[in-house]
Amino acid sequence: MKRVTLVVVLHLVLAVAAGVTLLPLLWMLSASLMPAGEATAFGHHLLPSTVTFEHYRALFTRLNLARDAANSALLAVAVTLISLALNSMAGYAFAKFRFAGRDRVFRVLLAALVIPGQVAMLPLFLMLREFGCINTYWGVIIPGMASIFGIFLIRQYALSIPDSLLDAARIDGAGEFRIYWSLVLPVCKPILVTLAIFTFMGTWNDFLWPLIVLTNGDMYTLPVALANLVGEHVQDTELMMAGSVLTVLPVVVLFMALQRYYIEGLMSGGVKE
Amino acid sequence: MRKHAALWFLAPALSVIAAFFFVPVVASVLLSVTDFDIYAVASFANLRFVGYDNYVHLVRDPLFWVALKNTAYFVFVAGPLSIGVSLAAAVLLSAKLVRFKAVFRTIFFLPVITTLVAVAVVWRYLYHPRFGLLNYGLSFVGIGPVDWLGDPAWAMPAIILLAVWKNFGFNMVIFVAGLQSIPGRLYEVASLDGAGPRRQFWHVTLPMLAPTFAFVTIITLIGYFQLFAEPYVMTQGGPGQSTLSVVLLMYQEGFRWWNMGYAAAVAFVLFVIILALTLVSLRLRGGAPMAVAEPGRESAR
Repeated sequence: MKRVTLVVVLHLVLAVAAGVTLLPLLWMLSASLMPAGEATAFGHHLLPSTVTFEHYRALFTRLNLARDAANSALLAVAVTLISLALNSMAGYAFAKFRFAGRDRVFRVLLAALVIPGQVAMLPLFLMLREFGCINTYWGVIIPGMASIFGIFLIRQYALSIPDSLLDAARIDGAGEFRIYWSLVLPVCKPILVTLAIFTFMGTWNDFLWPLIVLTNGDMYTLPVALANLVGEHVQDTELMMAGSVLTVLPVVVLFMALQRYYIEGLMSGGVKE
Repeated sequence: MRKHAALWFLAPALSVIAAFFFVPVVASVLLSVTDFDIYAVASFANLRFVGYDNYVHLVRDPLFWVALKNTAYFVFVAGPLSIGVSLAAAVLLSAKLVRFKAVFRTIFFLPVITTLVAVAVVWRYLYHPRFGLLNYGLSFVGIGPVDWLGDPAWAMPAIILLAVWKNFGFNMVIFVAGLQSIPGRLYEVASLDGAGPRRQFWHVTLPMLAPTFAFVTIITLIGYFQLFAEPYVMTQGGPGQSTLSVVLLMYQEGFRWWNMGYAAAVAFVLFVIILALTLVSLRLRGGAPMAVAEPGRESAR
């Protein structure tokens, strides 16, 4: 009897916590489907009286958010592909090649993880301005082309590739790039998927740097466009909620589809003594 | 030959990191000893070396101290609160009797992957004094309407609440991994010695989680010191500068007023504080766990 009570209480606590966690997101979705003005009307409507997609239509027609959504998608895909290539090459080299100063360089990189990205942002802005990259896609892509965290993640995984496997391929006459491309990359697939999700979501959700480097509405990513909309449309609750749904939905769907890779990557890369 | 290969594999990533991270970091220190302002933005010829003037200005700038105090408030309240909630959720999820673990884990993790700007917009409306869901809920327990984002006393707690909601799932997953790595044998021995669940928690679970704690503390600390999007979207640093954070101050000085020399000094002080606190927490916990950047946190490369 006591055990049954405990089970019920445990699940009740978890269910309430889950409900509270989901509530802001569910309300966002619900309010985005309400007729204009209903979310702020008295009586605190939790569900729309009639479901309407007018706010989503307004986002795509009147507010031209389709362009910003396309920017977000393009940048996230570009940064993910480029950084995956560069990080996997470097991570593999740190794991499997022996060369002078390897461990020292790697330690310096790891130590640099403690430097907050904001420290680099002011000179980076001036540098990219000299290159004419302000308000271009390159302004966002260039600093994201490689990451220390990505190199670290790949290296940890690539360490487990047996040297005998690589040497066998060398004896068979395979070139170094060929070995990387058709042996190392397939073996590293799980960690590459994990890193791809991390990078895609990180770039999609990123705010401060795009806010700095993208100065024109046509170039905005969704988070920057959304933050900008708040200023002009703060009264249009339902419209703002539709904009939030549009921004959040792609990453939520991606996470739901690939969460196994995400969570496992987090747990394996997370705690290392 | 293999030596050569290593170079080719490393060169692309390392030159990107060197050119677009290490060089700017060093340049930032140099920038902070110049009077780089809107005139220098127009032409570098207007740039002058000013020594540590920016740092003197910073120490005397009441706004900087307000930003630092606000950020410290956020870090040292939201930090422990987040970690506490994460640990509680992880312990609950790891209980043997709990079913549907994967479902609960997914739900708790969902806020972590959402776009910070979007959920900050959502919470802005949840905090609305008249229409907001939060005050509506509180009205049932007889708590009068709170002007969450309009009252200087409540604006930071409101941002803290959002941050805890947004982030607890991340550390929860790390704690779950930590809990799984504790050998079940230890609990058997403890229970043979007559230790109840509570004493087992204090004398087995918590000590065994020490390395996880160190990791989680450092990650949370570094992430929370970079507080920016929440006040930018929800309060613009107000009301009455009660939510102005160090990074928001840096952004405003650097990219709104183009006082980039001064902003670089602000950024450098932020770095020194983060570095010092990281070293202190490493020293406190003993040992040196490998700290890895939090992949979910944006703009922290």
